[in-house]
Parts: sequence; C-alpha cells; structure tokens
Amino acid sequence: MMNIGVLALQGAVREHVKALEAPDVNVIAVKKVEQLTDLDGLVLPGGESTTMRRLIDKYDFFEPIKQFIAEKKPMFGTCAGAILMADELEGYAEPHLAVINMKVERNAFGRQRESFEADLSVKGIGADVRGVFIRAPIIQKVGKEVDVLATLDGEIVAARQGPYLACSFHPELTDDRRMHQYFVDMVRDSLKK
Amino acid sequence: MEKLTGTDRVKRGMAEMQKGGVIMDVVNAEQAKIAEEAGAVAVMALERVPSDIRAAGGVARMADPTIVEEVQNAVSIPVMAKARIGHIVEARVLEAMGVDYIDESEVLTPADEVYHLNKREFTVPFVCGARDLGEAARRIGEGASMIRTKGEPGTGNIVEAVRHMRMMQSQIKKVIGMSEDELMTEAKNLGAPYEILLEMKRSGKFPVVNFAAGGVATPADAALMMQLGADGVFVGSGIFKSDNPQKFARAIVEATTHYEDYALIAELSKNLGTAMKGIEIATLEKKDRMQDRGW
Repeated sequence: MMNIGVLALQGAVREHVKALEAPDVNVIAVKKVEQLTDLDGLVLPGGESTTMRRLIDKYDFFEPIKQFIAEKKPMFGTCAGAILMADELEGYAEPHLAVINMKVERNAFGRQRESFEADLSVKGIGADVRGVFIRAPIIQKVGKEVDVLATLDGEIVAARQGPYLACSFHPELTDDRRMHQYFVDMVRDSLKK
Repeated sequence: MEKLTGTDRVKRGMAEMQKGGVIMDVVNAEQAKIAEEAGAVAVMALERVPSDIRAAGGVARMADPTIVEEVQNAVSIPVMAKARIGHIVEARVLEAMGVDYIDESEVLTPADEVYHLNKREFTVPFVCGARDLGEAARRIGEGASMIRTKGEPGTGNIVEAVRHMRMMQSQIKKVIGMSEDELMTEAKNLGAPYEILLEMKRSGKFPVVNFAAGGVATPADAALMMQLGADGVFVGSGIFKSDNPQKFARAIVEATTHYEDYALIAELSKNLGTAMKGIEIATLEKKDRMQDRGW
C-alpha cells in the first residue's frame, strides 16, 4: 500500500484525490504538516501559486516539504504545482521550492480568455493526451538532467527529473488517468529501491 | 496543434482552481495588492463595494475600465469584474479588456428585466448568483461556469447566504438521490433545465464550482459557509470596510482553508477590530433587496 498525499491548502484537490484512487494507493488530502511524515509521494495541485505559497509559509510547510524533497520522495506538480517546483521563475528574484532544474514563466499563454485545450504527445504515456491549459505556465528551459516529456508548439509543457514530475496542464480535469498512473508507478518504483 | 479556447472544461476548470480560496472585492490597485498579499485567489475589480452601492443608491453600472485596468496591472492573480444582468455590451467590453471572469451580478442594477446573458457565446467564463437550485441550473443552462449564493450583498449579515446555501445543498442531495424517472417533474417544479439535473444525477455532483457570497463579514462567517458546503467564498464589503483590512484579509483566507480548526479560528478572530456594522435583513425594504434581482 502506498501513501500519496495531495497538498490541500487550496486548489483542485478533490480532482487529484479522485484521479489517484486505486486499490493499492491510500490518498491523503494534506492540510497539516504532520501528515507529510508517512507519505511516499506528494502531489502539488493546480490553483493559485501565490496563495499556495503564502499558506505554505504561514503553516510552516516550507521546511518539511524541502525535507521531503531531500529524501528524494516522488513529487508531481500540475500548473501552479509546477510553478512551485521550478528552480527559476521568469520575472521573479526567488523561486519557491526549487525541485526541478527548470525555468518557468507564469501565465505564459495570456489571460483566461486565452486558456485552451489541445492534444499532446507525452513521452512514456501516449500521443493522445488531452491537455487542459488554464492561465498556464510554460517551462522555458530545462537543465540537461531533466527529461522533456511533452512540448506544444515548441514550448515545454511537461518534464521529469528523477523522482520529480511537472506539467503545465491539468490532467486532473479530464477522465484520462494515465498521467496519474505514471506518477503512481514512479512512487511504486521509488519504494522498490 | 489545434488549440480550443472557451470550452466548458477550460471555463469551468478555471473555477476549479479557485476552490478553497477567497475572492475579494477591491476598488483600486492598493487594495488589490493587499488582497493578493493576503492570499486571495482572485480579486473582483469594482468602482464601489456593495455596501457603498447600497448607500449611494441610483443606478449601479460596470466599473470604469480605468479601475479594472489598474487592478489588472497591479496583480498576477485572476481579475474578475461585474457586468449588469443582461448587459451584453458591458460583458463584451470586460471580455475585450481581458478580464479573467465576469460576474453577471445582481449587485449592479439589472439592464434586462427578462433575460440574462447568453453566456455560452463568450470565451470568458461567467459566475452568477443563485438562491436555489432552479436559479443555479438556469444560469448554468445559459452557460455560467461557476455559481455563488446571492446572500444579501453589502449587509454584513450572513443569514441570507446561509439560507441560500442550505437550500441549494439540500436540493442538490435530493436530485442526486432521485431516480431518473422523477427528474422531469423535479425540473418542472424547480424551474431547472432537465439536462442539468440529469447531468447532476449521473455524475453525483453539482456540475460547477459553488462559492458563497453576500454577507460574509468575519473569519467565522467564511468558515461557516465552507462547512455548509461552499467551495470557497467571495468577500465584498467585509474586508475593506473593516478597521484593519490587511489583518482581516489574512484571517479570512486562513479561516477558509482551515474551516474546521476552531482553535485556529479563535486565534485568527482576536483583536481584528470592528467588523463592518451590518444590517438586519428584516429592516431592508423589499425594493432594497438585491437578491430578488435575476430571473
């Protein structure tokens, strides 16, 4: 049995919880720092990254999450979650959690009226993944240790660095569970080691 | 690669990202920054907050675009703005300005006494007020991507928001528990589109995000609405009509996140200064009730 948490400070928590549910996965909506202890993997959901960061600081999640990362436990960030995981943010002096060697630009496609959906080819998953992009960020560049999993019109929209996975879009808003399954497999692999 | 904008999934999904959060009314860049700093998930750019609209009387319209633009330039979180019920041009103007969400709002004086906007025709998503499931389902039928309870705006009195949220939640549960052969009669009784009720019945949930609004004046009020099943809260006059907006805004955000942590809410509620004065609903004349606007 794996314990996978979804950081539940704000955002599309319920959708991730639902998408992760499986017979061998115990999904936990994480509202308190103590809940991080028993987790084998953590999802940072979509939402408003500035709000989440403020609540991360307010409730002293920052150091415990950094510790979680130091233990190389798998982490998956979607949209705002990917922004939190970047180690460089366009237009900002400081990143948030700095998990993946990538530079991310917030709201890169424009305002809400420019939000869209499109089919993507995601490495290791398939050529027909529906990407829902909502005020989405893009990954401007990645370090050489980072594997680019998907691009859209030449822009990087999904990437993986070892146990860390990030995407600009919202797999939790579709019925396609493959991205979540991919992450669950990452968690399963990490437990074998 | 073909990009589809303005789909239901993109419009409703935008509201999904706001869940568990607080959307704050602001009238200038300074207030917008305070709201963002406090952890608001979005701001509603207005010319006047509801309590001032109520006090001023006369016709309340879409905000001056200068204010909307000023707020858009001040923050990176989404910016919403209000258009009058049925005012196609105000809504198109706000869409053209790149507002992230439009509130077709009873807080403003309605422009059409019969029809709401056909919100399906817009790329920008809409939020609309509702007092019960019939009203909510009609708005969703017209294309609203998010619903909020109406409450009674600008009163600082939570009682109407509670009434509306309890009503909606009980009606939602009832529809989900019904058998499909009962749905058409229920649709008739509620004045709700049948297809929306069928969608609810089959998916087992209300189809869009449902926030609480209209009367939230304290952190405890916000937490109360979350407990009654709201996905998040709109705070209008409550924050910037209080003595210490910064502290107040933060307290409301935290109470919304941890709505079941009563010791924390006690801490948050200490020394907040005076909340907005508030109005007893029974003293409001029928013509002054904003919640009755909308059809």
